[in-house]
Amino acid sequence: MLAMYFWAFVVGGLICVIGQLLFDVAKLTPGHTLSLLVVAGAILDGFGLYEPLVDFAGAGATVPITSFGNSLVHGALQDAQEHGIIGVLTGMFQVTSSGISAAIIFGFIGALLFKPKG
Amino acid sequence: MASNQKKVTPQQKSYQHLQQKHEIKRPILKNCIKAFFVGGIICVVGQAITYFYIYFFNFTEQSAGNPTVATMVFLSMLLTGFGVYDRIGQFAGAGSAVPVTGFGNAVISACIEHRTEGFVLGVGGNIFKLAGSVILFGVFSAFVVALIKTLLTMWGVI
Repeated sequence: MLAMYFWAFVVGGLICVIGQLLFDVAKLTPGHTLSLLVVAGAILDGFGLYEPLVDFAGAGATVPITSFGNSLVHGALQDAQEHGIIGVLTGMFQVTSSGISAAIIFGFIGALLFKPKG
Repeated sequence: MASNQKKVTPQQKSYQHLQQKHEIKRPILKNCIKAFFVGGIICVVGQAITYFYIYFFNFTEQSAGNPTVATMVFLSMLLTGFGVYDRIGQFAGAGSAVPVTGFGNAVISACIEHRTEGFVLGVGGNIFKLAGSVILFGVFSAFVVALIKTLLTMWGVI
């Protein structure tokens, strides 16, 4: 269990370093960087490379934004196995639903509770 | 940027040289170390939440990522609302932007920022102002990848 924490720290940290390098060396804006990482996660899952990383690093792979692309592909493929090509559409948000709905719900609650600063 | 460079006069060119000389070099190594530690710590917190869901709510290791993400977004709402996340972000750069809490922060800060314009047009219209690109490109690339893979499987290539 301690090893899992360690690998989550290392892998999660390394993904953030990739993001930081895209900020500083490639001089991309945060928006471009995050979009690029999401696309990278989707492509990695297309080749079946992201799932082993999740098994290995746990939250180190599921917490960075790359896992968003990964779980979108995952949901789409899961449904595609049952319903064929239309499953790509119906299953897209199957796995990611909690992240998006949490962002919307808590975003609105945040807007109700907090006042903008500065 | 690249299209603008054609019409540069010599004067502008010398100014660009001057500007480059005086531009503050980004401390890349220092930034990377900060991003590594803060990003790593956020992922360790995520791992602790994952174990919490596995032990108390009967999630498997595979499915526990889902409620973990939701909880992290909730935490980032609190941190964003109290103005703590901005400070972490200034220190950590990508270390706080790349984890899913950064996605939550982008959504929630847009919500809070635009509430003065009203709830429908302000909050509703701007909620995905910053995070929209992540959702758009994530969904589109996932669609392309999943479509290719499904077609290849159907045709028996894989």
